[in-house]
Amino acid sequence: MLETTALPRKATLSPPLDTRYQVETPEGIDLPLRPAGLMVRALAFSIDLALRGLIVGLLFIVLAFLGKLGAGLGSILLFVVSWWYMVLFEVLNQGRSPGKHWMGLRVVQDDGTPIGWSASLLRNLLRFVDMLPFGYFLGAISCLQHPTFKRLGDLAAGTLVIYREQPLARPQLPTAQPRRLAFALTLTEQRAILGFAERQGELSEARVKELATILAQPLQVSAPGAVDELNGIARGLLCPT
Amino acid sequence: MKQSLFESRHKAEWEQFTLVLEQLEQGKEAEQVAGFPSDYRRLCQHLALARERGYSSFLIDSLQQQVLRGHQQLYRHRSRLGANVLGFILADFPRLVREQWRFVLAAGLMFFGSLIGIALLVYLFPDLVYNLIPAEQVSEMQGMYDPEAGHLGRSAERAASEDWVMFGYYIMHNIGIAFQTFASGLLFGLGSAFFLFFNGLMIGAVAGHLTHIGYGQTFWSFVVGHGAFELSAIALAGAAGLQLGWALIAPGRLPRSEALRLAARKSVLLICGVMLFLLIAAFIEAYWSSTVGVAPMTKYLVGAALWLLVATYLLFAGRARHAPE
Repeated sequence: MLETTALPRKATLSPPLDTRYQVETPEGIDLPLRPAGLMVRALAFSIDLALRGLIVGLLFIVLAFLGKLGAGLGSILLFVVSWWYMVLFEVLNQGRSPGKHWMGLRVVQDDGTPIGWSASLLRNLLRFVDMLPFGYFLGAISCLQHPTFKRLGDLAAGTLVIYREQPLARPQLPTAQPRRLAFALTLTEQRAILGFAERQGELSEARVKELATILAQPLQVSAPGAVDELNGIARGLLCPT
Repeated sequence: MKQSLFESRHKAEWEQFTLVLEQLEQGKEAEQVAGFPSDYRRLCQHLALARERGYSSFLIDSLQQQVLRGHQQLYRHRSRLGANVLGFILADFPRLVREQWRFVLAAGLMFFGSLIGIALLVYLFPDLVYNLIPAEQVSEMQGMYDPEAGHLGRSAERAASEDWVMFGYYIMHNIGIAFQTFASGLLFGLGSAFFLFFNGLMIGAVAGHLTHIGYGQTFWSFVVGHGAFELSAIALAGAAGLQLGWALIAPGRLPRSEALRLAARKSVLLICGVMLFLLIAAFIEAYWSSTVGVAPMTKYLVGAALWLLVATYLLFAGRARHAPE
Protein backbone atom coordinates (compact mmCIF):
# COMPACT_ATOMS: atom_id res chain seq x y z
CA MET A 1 0.00 0.00 0.00
CA LEU A 2 1.32 3.41 -0.84
CA GLU A 3 1.72 5.69 2.11
CA THR A 4 1.17 9.31 1.22
CA THR A 5 2.81 11.73 3.58
CA ALA A 6 -0.05 13.59 5.14
CA LEU A 7 0.11 17.36 5.01
CA PRO A 8 -0.27 19.17 8.31
CA ARG A 9 -3.77 20.50 8.73
CA LYS A 10 -4.50 23.87 7.15
CA ALA A 11 -1.20 23.74 5.26
CA THR A 12 -1.46 25.71 2.03
CA LEU A 13 -0.66 23.61 -0.98
CA SER A 14 2.29 24.85 -2.99
CA PRO A 15 1.12 26.24 -6.33
CA PRO A 16 1.23 23.64 -9.09
CA LEU A 17 4.33 23.58 -11.28
CA ASP A 18 2.60 25.05 -14.27
CA THR A 19 3.41 27.86 -16.67
CA ARG A 20 -0.19 28.63 -17.51
CA TYR A 21 -1.12 32.25 -17.13
CA GLN A 22 -4.69 33.03 -16.13
CA VAL A 23 -6.42 36.07 -17.56
CA GLU A 24 -9.57 37.03 -15.72
CA THR A 25 -12.10 38.53 -18.07
CA PRO A 26 -14.71 41.11 -17.01
CA GLU A 27 -17.25 38.29 -17.22
CA GLY A 28 -15.53 36.55 -14.33
CA ILE A 29 -14.09 33.77 -16.49
CA ASP A 30 -10.48 32.66 -16.09
CA LEU A 31 -8.90 32.11 -19.47
CA PRO A 32 -5.67 30.12 -19.35
CA LEU A 33 -2.94 31.22 -21.77
CA ARG A 34 0.18 29.16 -22.35
CA PRO A 35 3.29 31.37 -22.53
CA ALA A 36 6.04 30.17 -24.85
CA GLY A 37 9.53 29.57 -23.51
CA LEU A 38 12.95 30.66 -24.65
CA MET A 39 13.79 27.78 -26.97
CA VAL A 40 10.74 27.86 -29.18
CA ARG A 41 10.92 31.66 -29.41
CA ALA A 42 14.57 31.50 -30.38
CA LEU A 43 13.67 29.07 -33.15
CA ALA A 44 10.87 31.33 -34.36
CA PHE A 45 13.27 34.27 -34.39
CA SER A 46 15.86 32.30 -36.36
CA ILE A 47 13.26 31.46 -38.99
CA ASP A 48 12.30 35.13 -39.22
CA LEU A 49 15.94 36.15 -39.46
CA ALA A 50 16.59 33.72 -42.30
CA LEU A 51 13.44 34.86 -44.09
CA ARG A 52 14.44 38.50 -43.78
CA GLY A 53 17.89 37.70 -45.15
CA LEU A 54 16.24 35.98 -48.08
CA ILE A 55 13.86 38.89 -48.78
CA VAL A 56 16.65 41.47 -48.66
CA GLY A 57 18.94 39.31 -50.78
CA LEU A 58 16.34 38.76 -53.49
CA LEU A 59 15.20 42.38 -53.64
CA PHE A 60 18.76 43.65 -53.75
CA ILE A 61 19.39 41.53 -56.83
CA VAL A 62 16.31 43.05 -58.45
CA LEU A 63 17.20 46.58 -57.33
CA ALA A 64 20.76 46.23 -58.60
CA PHE A 65 19.33 46.54 -62.12
CA LEU A 66 17.77 49.88 -61.27
CA GLY A 67 21.08 51.63 -60.58
CA LYS A 68 21.07 54.68 -58.34
CA LEU A 69 17.33 54.67 -57.77
CA GLY A 70 17.67 51.07 -56.73
CA ALA A 71 20.34 51.94 -54.18
CA GLY A 72 18.04 54.53 -52.58
CA LEU A 73 15.12 52.16 -52.56
CA GLY A 74 17.46 49.51 -51.24
CA SER A 75 18.39 51.43 -48.14
CA ILE A 76 14.75 52.31 -47.42
CA LEU A 77 13.95 48.65 -47.90
CA LEU A 78 16.72 47.61 -45.53
CA PHE A 79 15.32 50.04 -42.98
CA VAL A 80 11.78 48.72 -43.37
CA VAL A 81 12.84 45.10 -43.19
CA SER A 82 15.12 45.52 -40.21
CA TRP A 83 12.85 47.71 -38.05
CA TRP A 84 9.32 47.13 -39.34
CA TYR A 85 9.15 43.50 -40.48
CA MET A 86 8.05 42.23 -37.08
CA VAL A 87 5.73 45.15 -36.36
CA LEU A 88 3.86 44.85 -39.63
CA PHE A 89 3.39 41.11 -39.35
CA GLU A 90 2.41 41.19 -35.70
CA VAL A 91 -0.22 43.87 -36.13
CA LEU A 92 -1.64 42.88 -39.49
CA ASN A 93 -1.42 39.10 -39.13
CA GLN A 94 -3.00 38.52 -35.70
CA GLY A 95 0.25 38.64 -33.74
CA ARG A 96 2.12 36.20 -35.92
CA SER A 97 5.31 36.77 -37.84
CA PRO A 98 6.06 33.89 -40.24
CA GLY A 99 8.49 32.33 -37.76
CA LYS A 100 5.93 32.50 -34.96
CA HIS A 101 3.29 31.13 -37.30
CA TRP A 102 5.35 28.05 -38.07
CA MET A 103 6.24 27.46 -34.46
CA GLY A 104 2.55 27.81 -33.47
CA LEU A 105 3.03 31.01 -31.47
CA ARG A 106 1.43 34.42 -31.39
CA VAL A 107 1.89 37.70 -29.54
CA VAL A 108 -0.95 39.09 -27.44
CA GLN A 109 -1.35 41.81 -24.85
CA ASP A 110 -1.16 40.87 -21.19
CA ASP A 111 -4.96 40.70 -21.02
CA GLY A 112 -5.20 38.27 -23.92
CA THR A 113 -6.35 40.81 -26.50
CA PRO A 114 -4.68 41.26 -29.91
CA ILE A 115 -1.55 43.38 -30.04
CA GLY A 116 -1.81 46.96 -31.35
CA TRP A 117 0.54 49.30 -33.16
CA SER A 118 2.10 51.04 -30.19
CA ALA A 119 2.72 47.88 -28.17
CA SER A 120 4.19 46.08 -31.15
CA LEU A 121 6.41 49.02 -32.07
CA LEU A 122 7.61 49.25 -28.49
CA ARG A 123 8.45 45.60 -28.05
CA ASN A 124 10.30 45.50 -31.33
CA LEU A 125 12.24 48.73 -30.77
CA LEU A 126 13.37 47.47 -27.39
CA ARG A 127 14.62 44.32 -29.06
CA PHE A 128 17.80 46.35 -29.53
CA VAL A 129 18.37 46.27 -25.75
CA ASP A 130 17.49 42.59 -25.53
CA MET A 131 20.26 41.86 -27.99
CA LEU A 132 22.87 43.58 -25.82
CA PRO A 133 25.70 42.92 -25.20
CA PHE A 134 25.70 40.08 -27.74
CA GLY A 135 23.35 37.41 -29.10
CA TYR A 136 20.19 38.21 -27.08
CA PHE A 137 22.04 37.91 -23.76
CA LEU A 138 19.85 40.29 -21.74
CA GLY A 139 16.70 39.08 -23.44
CA ALA A 140 17.52 35.45 -22.68
CA ILE A 141 18.26 36.16 -19.02
CA SER A 142 15.06 38.16 -18.62
CA CYS A 143 13.09 35.43 -20.42
CA LEU A 144 14.51 32.65 -18.25
CA GLN A 145 13.87 34.29 -14.91
CA HIS A 146 10.37 35.62 -15.64
CA PRO A 147 7.37 33.46 -14.71
CA THR A 148 5.73 34.08 -18.08
CA PHE A 149 8.97 34.20 -20.10
CA LYS A 150 8.96 37.88 -20.99
CA ARG A 151 11.98 39.56 -22.47
CA LEU A 152 12.67 43.21 -21.65
CA GLY A 153 10.66 44.45 -24.62
CA ASP A 154 7.68 42.39 -23.52
CA LEU A 155 7.95 43.76 -19.99
CA ALA A 156 7.83 47.36 -21.19
CA ALA A 157 5.15 46.85 -23.81
CA GLY A 158 2.97 44.60 -21.63
CA THR A 159 2.88 41.81 -24.21
CA LEU A 160 3.08 38.05 -24.01
CA VAL A 161 4.14 35.38 -26.50
CA ILE A 162 1.81 32.41 -26.20
CA TYR A 163 1.13 29.12 -27.92
CA ARG A 164 -1.74 29.43 -30.35
CA GLU A 165 -4.80 27.39 -29.58
CA GLN A 166 -5.05 24.44 -31.92
CA PRO A 167 -8.52 23.27 -32.96
CA LEU A 168 -9.58 20.25 -30.93
CA ALA A 169 -10.82 17.00 -32.41
CA ARG A 170 -13.70 15.34 -30.63
CA PRO A 171 -12.34 12.29 -28.80
CA GLN A 172 -13.89 8.91 -29.43
CA LEU A 173 -15.31 7.48 -26.23
CA PRO A 174 -14.83 3.73 -25.70
CA THR A 175 -18.08 1.78 -25.82
CA ALA A 176 -19.36 0.55 -22.50
CA GLN A 177 -22.63 0.01 -20.71
CA PRO A 178 -23.56 3.33 -19.02
CA ARG A 179 -23.54 2.97 -15.25
CA ARG A 180 -24.73 5.07 -12.41
CA LEU A 181 -22.75 5.26 -9.19
CA ALA A 182 -24.35 4.76 -5.81
CA PHE A 183 -22.37 7.62 -4.29
CA ALA A 184 -21.66 11.20 -5.36
CA LEU A 185 -18.36 12.14 -6.97
CA THR A 186 -16.52 15.37 -6.29
CA LEU A 187 -15.91 17.66 -9.28
CA THR A 188 -12.24 16.73 -9.62
CA GLU A 189 -13.04 13.02 -9.41
CA GLN A 190 -15.70 13.44 -12.08
CA ARG A 191 -13.27 15.35 -14.30
CA ALA A 192 -10.60 12.71 -13.75
CA ILE A 193 -12.88 9.86 -14.78
CA LEU A 194 -14.11 11.76 -17.86
CA GLY A 195 -10.51 12.61 -18.72
CA PHE A 196 -9.59 8.95 -18.41
CA ALA A 197 -12.30 7.97 -20.86
CA GLU A 198 -11.59 10.79 -23.34
CA ARG A 199 -7.84 10.22 -23.44
CA GLN A 200 -7.93 6.46 -23.64
CA GLY A 201 -7.21 6.49 -27.36
CA GLU A 202 -3.87 8.22 -26.74
CA LEU A 203 -2.69 5.74 -24.11
CA SER A 204 -1.29 2.25 -24.52
CA GLU A 205 -3.42 -0.63 -23.38
CA ALA A 206 -1.06 -1.54 -20.57
CA ARG A 207 -1.07 2.00 -19.23
CA VAL A 208 -4.90 2.13 -19.36
CA LYS A 209 -5.07 -1.05 -17.30
CA GLU A 210 -2.48 0.19 -14.86
CA LEU A 211 -4.38 3.43 -14.27
CA ALA A 212 -7.72 1.70 -13.90
CA THR A 213 -6.33 -0.87 -11.44
CA ILE A 214 -5.62 1.92 -8.96
CA LEU A 215 -9.36 2.41 -8.62
CA ALA A 216 -10.33 -1.27 -8.63
CA GLN A 217 -10.38 -1.60 -4.87
CA PRO A 218 -12.43 1.51 -4.01
CA LEU A 219 -14.94 0.63 -6.76
CA GLN A 220 -15.08 -2.95 -5.51
CA VAL A 221 -14.53 -4.58 -8.88
CA SER A 222 -11.86 -7.02 -10.00
CA ALA A 223 -8.73 -5.50 -11.56
CA PRO A 224 -9.42 -6.66 -15.15
CA GLY A 225 -12.94 -5.26 -15.04
CA ALA A 226 -11.88 -1.83 -13.77
CA VAL A 227 -11.41 -0.31 -17.24
CA ASP A 228 -14.92 -1.25 -18.33
CA GLU A 229 -16.32 -0.07 -15.03
CA LEU A 230 -14.67 3.36 -15.36
CA ASN A 231 -15.76 3.75 -18.98
CA GLY A 232 -19.25 2.86 -17.92
CA ILE A 233 -19.22 5.52 -15.22
CA ALA A 234 -17.93 8.07 -17.74
CA ARG A 235 -20.72 7.15 -20.15
CA GLY A 236 -23.19 7.46 -17.33
CA LEU A 237 -21.88 10.92 -16.51
CA LEU A 238 -22.11 12.10 -20.11
CA CYS A 239 -25.43 10.71 -21.26
CA PRO A 240 -28.72 10.07 -19.53
CA THR A 241 -28.91 6.41 -18.60
CA MET B 1 -28.23 18.32 -16.63
CA LYS B 2 -26.20 15.65 -18.38
CA GLN B 3 -23.45 16.80 -20.65
CA SER B 4 -24.88 15.35 -23.87
CA LEU B 5 -28.19 17.12 -23.30
CA PHE B 6 -26.40 20.38 -22.56
CA GLU B 7 -24.35 20.01 -25.73
CA SER B 8 -27.25 19.20 -28.00
CA ARG B 9 -29.31 22.04 -26.58
CA HIS B 10 -26.69 24.74 -27.24
CA LYS B 11 -24.88 23.29 -30.22
CA ALA B 12 -26.61 25.49 -32.79
CA GLU B 13 -25.83 28.63 -30.78
CA TRP B 14 -22.14 27.77 -30.56
CA GLU B 15 -21.88 27.06 -34.26
CA GLN B 16 -23.54 30.36 -35.06
CA PHE B 17 -21.11 32.13 -32.74
CA THR B 18 -18.15 30.49 -34.47
CA LEU B 19 -19.34 31.79 -37.83
CA VAL B 20 -19.61 35.36 -36.53
CA LEU B 21 -16.17 35.02 -34.94
CA GLU B 22 -14.60 33.92 -38.19
CA GLN B 23 -16.10 36.89 -40.00
CA LEU B 24 -14.89 39.30 -37.34
CA GLU B 25 -11.39 37.81 -37.34
CA GLN B 26 -11.12 38.34 -41.06
CA GLY B 27 -12.11 41.97 -40.55
CA LYS B 28 -15.42 41.59 -42.36
CA GLU B 29 -18.55 43.29 -41.18
CA ALA B 30 -20.55 40.48 -39.69
CA GLU B 31 -24.31 40.70 -40.07
CA GLN B 32 -25.14 39.62 -36.55
CA VAL B 33 -22.51 41.91 -35.05
CA ALA B 34 -25.06 43.80 -32.96
CA GLY B 35 -25.87 40.66 -31.01
CA PHE B 36 -22.23 39.70 -30.57
CA PRO B 37 -21.67 41.00 -27.02
CA SER B 38 -24.75 39.28 -25.62
CA ASP B 39 -23.93 36.06 -27.50
CA TYR B 40 -20.45 36.24 -26.07
CA ARG B 41 -21.71 36.68 -22.53
CA ARG B 42 -24.06 33.76 -22.93
CA LEU B 43 -21.11 31.66 -24.06
CA CYS B 44 -19.23 32.77 -20.95
CA GLN B 45 -22.16 31.58 -18.88
CA HIS B 46 -22.13 28.22 -20.65
CA LEU B 47 -18.43 27.86 -19.91
CA ALA B 48 -18.96 28.69 -16.26
CA LEU B 49 -21.79 26.15 -16.06
CA ALA B 50 -19.71 23.50 -17.78
CA ARG B 51 -16.89 24.02 -15.30
CA GLU B 52 -19.21 24.05 -12.33
CA ARG B 53 -20.92 20.84 -13.38
CA GLY B 54 -17.66 19.08 -14.06
CA TYR B 55 -18.25 18.36 -17.76
CA SER B 56 -15.51 16.72 -19.74
CA SER B 57 -12.23 18.42 -20.68
CA PHE B 58 -13.02 18.37 -24.37
CA LEU B 59 -16.17 20.43 -23.92
CA ILE B 60 -14.57 22.83 -21.45
CA ASP B 61 -11.45 23.31 -23.56
CA SER B 62 -13.36 23.98 -26.74
CA LEU B 63 -15.68 26.43 -24.99
CA GLN B 64 -12.61 28.07 -23.50
CA GLN B 65 -11.12 28.52 -26.96
CA GLN B 66 -14.33 30.08 -28.22
CA VAL B 67 -14.46 32.43 -25.23
CA LEU B 68 -10.82 33.44 -25.72
CA ARG B 69 -11.47 34.26 -29.37
CA GLY B 70 -14.59 36.17 -28.43
CA HIS B 71 -12.69 38.02 -25.72
CA GLN B 72 -10.06 39.04 -28.25
CA GLN B 73 -12.68 40.42 -30.59
CA LEU B 74 -14.81 42.18 -27.97
CA TYR B 75 -12.06 43.75 -25.91
CA ARG B 76 -9.51 44.54 -28.60
CA HIS B 77 -7.62 47.80 -28.01
CA ARG B 78 -8.47 50.53 -30.40
CA SER B 79 -5.19 51.82 -31.73
CA ARG B 80 -4.77 55.47 -30.86
CA LEU B 81 -1.97 55.97 -33.36
CA GLY B 82 -3.62 55.45 -36.70
CA ALA B 83 -6.96 56.92 -35.70
CA ASN B 84 -6.16 60.62 -35.62
CA VAL B 85 -2.80 61.34 -37.16
CA LEU B 86 -3.68 64.95 -37.74
CA GLY B 87 -4.70 65.54 -34.14
CA PHE B 88 -1.47 63.95 -33.02
CA ILE B 89 0.67 66.17 -35.23
CA LEU B 90 -1.19 69.39 -34.53
CA ALA B 91 -1.67 69.09 -30.80
CA ASP B 92 -0.92 65.86 -28.99
CA PHE B 93 2.74 65.55 -29.84
CA PRO B 94 3.86 69.06 -28.80
CA ARG B 95 1.68 68.73 -25.70
CA LEU B 96 3.40 65.50 -24.82
CA VAL B 97 6.82 67.10 -25.31
CA ARG B 98 5.87 69.94 -22.97
CA GLU B 99 4.42 67.51 -20.46
CA GLN B 100 7.74 65.65 -20.37
CA TRP B 101 9.76 68.87 -20.26
CA ARG B 102 12.12 67.61 -17.55
CA PHE B 103 13.35 64.75 -19.69
CA VAL B 104 13.43 66.88 -22.80
CA LEU B 105 15.47 69.48 -20.95
CA ALA B 106 17.88 66.89 -19.57
CA ALA B 107 18.34 65.21 -22.94
CA GLY B 108 18.68 68.58 -24.68
CA LEU B 109 21.35 69.70 -22.23
CA MET B 110 23.30 66.46 -22.64
CA PHE B 111 23.16 66.52 -26.41
CA PHE B 112 23.44 70.19 -27.29
CA GLY B 113 25.71 70.91 -24.30
CA SER B 114 28.25 68.30 -25.34
CA LEU B 115 27.89 69.35 -28.98
CA ILE B 116 28.52 73.05 -28.40
CA GLY B 117 31.11 72.44 -25.70
CA ILE B 118 33.29 70.16 -27.78
CA ALA B 119 32.83 72.33 -30.89
CA LEU B 120 34.24 75.32 -28.99
CA LEU B 121 37.05 73.23 -27.52
CA VAL B 122 38.06 71.82 -30.90
CA TYR B 123 37.88 75.27 -32.42
CA LEU B 124 40.25 76.60 -29.75
CA PHE B 125 42.49 73.52 -29.50
CA PRO B 126 42.38 72.00 -32.99
CA ASP B 127 44.48 68.92 -32.18
CA LEU B 128 41.77 67.67 -29.90
CA VAL B 129 39.77 66.38 -32.85
CA TYR B 130 42.25 63.56 -33.44
CA ASN B 131 41.63 62.29 -29.94
CA LEU B 132 37.98 61.76 -30.78
CA ILE B 133 37.89 60.81 -34.43
CA PRO B 134 40.44 58.70 -36.36
CA ALA B 135 42.60 60.70 -38.77
CA GLU B 136 41.26 58.99 -41.93
CA GLN B 137 37.71 59.93 -41.06
CA VAL B 138 38.76 63.51 -40.41
CA SER B 139 40.35 63.80 -43.81
CA GLU B 140 37.32 62.17 -45.39
CA MET B 141 35.13 64.81 -43.73
CA GLN B 142 37.45 67.51 -44.95
CA GLY B 143 37.15 66.18 -48.48
CA MET B 144 33.38 66.25 -48.28
CA TYR B 145 33.12 69.88 -47.25
CA ASP B 146 36.09 71.28 -49.15
CA PRO B 147 34.96 74.64 -50.60
CA GLU B 148 37.53 74.32 -53.41
CA ALA B 149 35.81 71.24 -54.69
CA GLY B 150 32.65 73.31 -55.08
CA HIS B 151 30.29 70.54 -54.17
CA LEU B 152 28.90 68.87 -51.16
CA GLY B 153 30.66 65.64 -50.88
CA ARG B 154 29.31 63.47 -53.62
CA SER B 155 29.14 65.21 -56.97
CA ALA B 156 28.78 68.72 -58.39
CA GLU B 157 25.33 68.42 -59.89
CA ARG B 158 23.61 65.51 -58.38
CA ALA B 159 21.00 63.84 -60.46
CA ALA B 160 17.55 63.42 -59.05
CA SER B 161 18.21 59.73 -58.67
CA GLU B 162 21.18 60.51 -56.48
CA ASP B 163 19.00 62.56 -54.17
CA TRP B 164 16.97 59.41 -53.85
CA VAL B 165 20.02 57.48 -52.77
CA MET B 166 20.79 59.96 -50.06
CA PHE B 167 17.14 60.22 -48.98
CA GLY B 168 17.04 56.48 -48.41
CA TYR B 169 20.39 56.51 -46.70
CA TYR B 170 19.43 59.35 -44.33
CA ILE B 171 16.18 57.65 -43.37
CA MET B 172 17.88 54.40 -42.57
CA HIS B 173 20.85 55.90 -40.79
CA ASN B 174 19.17 58.63 -38.75
CA ILE B 175 16.04 56.79 -37.70
CA GLY B 176 18.25 53.85 -36.77
CA ILE B 177 20.32 56.13 -34.49
CA ALA B 178 17.17 57.60 -32.95
CA PHE B 179 15.77 54.11 -32.28
CA GLN B 180 19.01 53.05 -30.63
CA THR B 181 19.13 56.17 -28.50
CA PHE B 182 15.59 55.50 -27.35
CA ALA B 183 15.79 51.75 -26.75
CA SER B 184 19.04 51.79 -24.81
CA GLY B 185 17.31 54.06 -22.29
CA LEU B 186 15.90 50.87 -20.82
CA LEU B 187 19.32 50.32 -19.21
CA PHE B 188 18.42 52.75 -16.43
CA GLY B 189 18.82 55.65 -18.85
CA LEU B 190 22.54 55.04 -19.23
CA GLY B 191 22.34 53.96 -22.84
CA SER B 192 20.39 57.04 -23.90
CA ALA B 193 22.81 59.29 -22.02
CA PHE B 194 25.73 57.55 -23.73
CA PHE B 195 24.29 57.94 -27.22
CA LEU B 196 23.34 61.56 -26.56
CA PHE B 197 26.87 62.40 -25.40
CA PHE B 198 28.52 60.30 -28.07
CA ASN B 199 26.59 61.81 -30.97
CA GLY B 200 26.95 65.29 -29.47
CA LEU B 201 30.71 64.87 -29.20
CA MET B 202 31.09 63.50 -32.73
CA ILE B 203 28.99 66.15 -34.42
CA GLY B 204 30.51 68.90 -32.29
CA ALA B 205 34.06 67.79 -33.02
CA VAL B 206 33.46 67.71 -36.76
CA ALA B 207 31.77 71.12 -36.66
CA GLY B 208 34.57 72.69 -34.62
CA HIS B 209 37.27 71.20 -36.78
CA LEU B 210 35.75 72.20 -40.09
CA THR B 211 35.13 75.73 -38.86
CA HIS B 212 38.69 75.98 -37.64
CA ILE B 213 40.25 74.99 -40.95
CA GLY B 214 38.03 77.48 -42.78
CA TYR B 215 35.41 75.17 -44.29
CA GLY B 216 32.76 76.68 -42.06
CA GLN B 217 30.78 78.24 -44.89
CA THR B 218 30.11 75.00 -46.76
CA PHE B 219 29.54 73.01 -43.59
CA TRP B 220 27.18 75.32 -41.75
CA SER B 221 25.13 76.25 -44.79
CA PHE B 222 24.72 72.52 -45.46
CA VAL B 223 23.64 71.44 -42.01
CA VAL B 224 21.67 74.40 -40.73
CA GLY B 225 18.46 73.53 -42.57
CA HIS B 226 17.85 69.92 -41.72
CA GLY B 227 19.70 70.21 -38.40
CA ALA B 228 16.62 71.87 -36.92
CA PHE B 229 14.61 68.69 -37.30
CA GLU B 230 17.38 66.13 -37.08
CA LEU B 231 19.14 67.34 -33.93
CA SER B 232 15.94 68.06 -32.03
CA ALA B 233 14.66 64.63 -33.03
CA ILE B 234 17.77 62.94 -31.59
CA ALA B 235 17.34 64.94 -28.37
CA LEU B 236 13.65 63.95 -28.17
CA ALA B 237 14.48 60.30 -28.75
CA GLY B 238 16.98 60.57 -25.92
CA ALA B 239 14.30 62.18 -23.74
CA ALA B 240 11.98 59.25 -24.42
CA GLY B 241 14.77 56.86 -23.47
CA LEU B 242 15.57 58.76 -20.28
CA GLN B 243 11.90 58.55 -19.38
CA LEU B 244 12.05 54.76 -19.60
CA GLY B 245 15.18 54.68 -17.49
CA TRP B 246 13.74 57.03 -14.89
CA ALA B 247 10.66 54.84 -14.48
CA LEU B 248 13.05 52.07 -13.42
CA ILE B 249 15.21 54.26 -11.16
CA ALA B 250 12.37 56.08 -9.40
CA PRO B 251 9.09 54.22 -9.94
CA GLY B 252 7.30 56.15 -7.21
CA ARG B 253 4.46 54.22 -5.60
CA LEU B 254 4.11 51.70 -8.41
CA PRO B 255 5.97 48.43 -8.87
CA ARG B 256 8.86 48.88 -11.30
CA SER B 257 7.24 46.77 -14.01
CA GLU B 258 4.04 48.81 -13.86
CA ALA B 259 5.89 52.14 -13.85
CA LEU B 260 7.91 50.97 -16.84
CA ARG B 261 4.77 50.02 -18.75
CA LEU B 262 3.15 53.38 -18.14
CA ALA B 263 6.28 55.29 -19.09
CA ALA B 264 6.75 53.14 -22.19
CA ARG B 265 3.24 53.86 -23.37
CA LYS B 266 3.98 57.58 -23.40
CA SER B 267 7.49 57.32 -24.76
CA VAL B 268 6.39 55.34 -27.78
CA LEU B 269 4.21 58.28 -28.78
CA LEU B 270 7.24 60.53 -28.50
CA ILE B 271 9.09 58.13 -30.79
CA CYS B 272 6.35 58.40 -33.38
CA GLY B 273 6.84 62.15 -33.39
CA VAL B 274 10.59 61.65 -33.66
CA MET B 275 10.13 59.48 -36.72
CA LEU B 276 8.04 62.19 -38.30
CA PHE B 277 10.74 64.77 -37.57
CA LEU B 278 13.42 62.54 -39.07
CA LEU B 279 11.40 61.94 -42.22
CA ILE B 280 11.11 65.69 -42.68
CA ALA B 281 14.81 66.07 -41.93
CA ALA B 282 15.78 63.41 -44.46
CA PHE B 283 13.64 65.12 -47.07
CA ILE B 284 15.20 68.53 -46.42
CA GLU B 285 18.69 67.08 -46.31
CA ALA B 286 18.34 65.25 -49.59
CA TYR B 287 16.48 67.87 -51.60
CA TRP B 288 17.32 71.27 -50.11
CA SER B 289 20.51 71.22 -48.07
CA SER B 290 22.48 69.59 -50.86
CA THR B 291 21.48 72.02 -53.62
CA VAL B 292 24.51 74.02 -54.72
CA GLY B 293 22.99 76.90 -56.68
CA VAL B 294 21.71 78.72 -53.61
CA ALA B 295 23.70 81.45 -51.87
CA PRO B 296 24.83 80.53 -48.33
CA MET B 297 22.95 83.53 -46.96
CA THR B 298 19.64 82.18 -48.23
CA LYS B 299 20.41 78.85 -46.63
CA TYR B 300 21.19 80.49 -43.32
CA LEU B 301 17.92 82.41 -43.45
CA VAL B 302 15.89 79.35 -44.34
CA GLY B 303 17.74 77.43 -41.64
CA ALA B 304 16.96 80.06 -39.02
CA ALA B 305 13.32 80.02 -40.09
CA LEU B 306 13.21 76.22 -39.72
CA TRP B 307 14.76 76.34 -36.22
CA LEU B 308 12.21 78.97 -35.27
CA LEU B 309 9.44 76.82 -36.73
CA VAL B 310 10.50 73.78 -34.69
CA ALA B 311 10.79 75.85 -31.52
CA THR B 312 7.38 77.50 -31.93
CA TYR B 313 5.80 74.20 -32.86
CA LEU B 314 7.09 72.42 -29.77
CA LEU B 315 6.42 75.35 -27.45
CA PHE B 316 3.07 76.65 -28.63
CA ALA B 317 1.20 74.17 -30.83
CA GLY B 318 -1.89 72.70 -29.20
CA ARG B 319 -2.02 75.19 -26.34
CA ALA B 320 -5.51 76.34 -27.21
CA ARG B 321 -8.17 74.29 -25.49
CA HIS B 322 -9.98 73.50 -28.70
CA ALA B 323 -7.03 72.86 -30.90
CA PRO B 324 -7.91 72.06 -34.50
CA GLU B 325 -8.46 68.34 -34.52
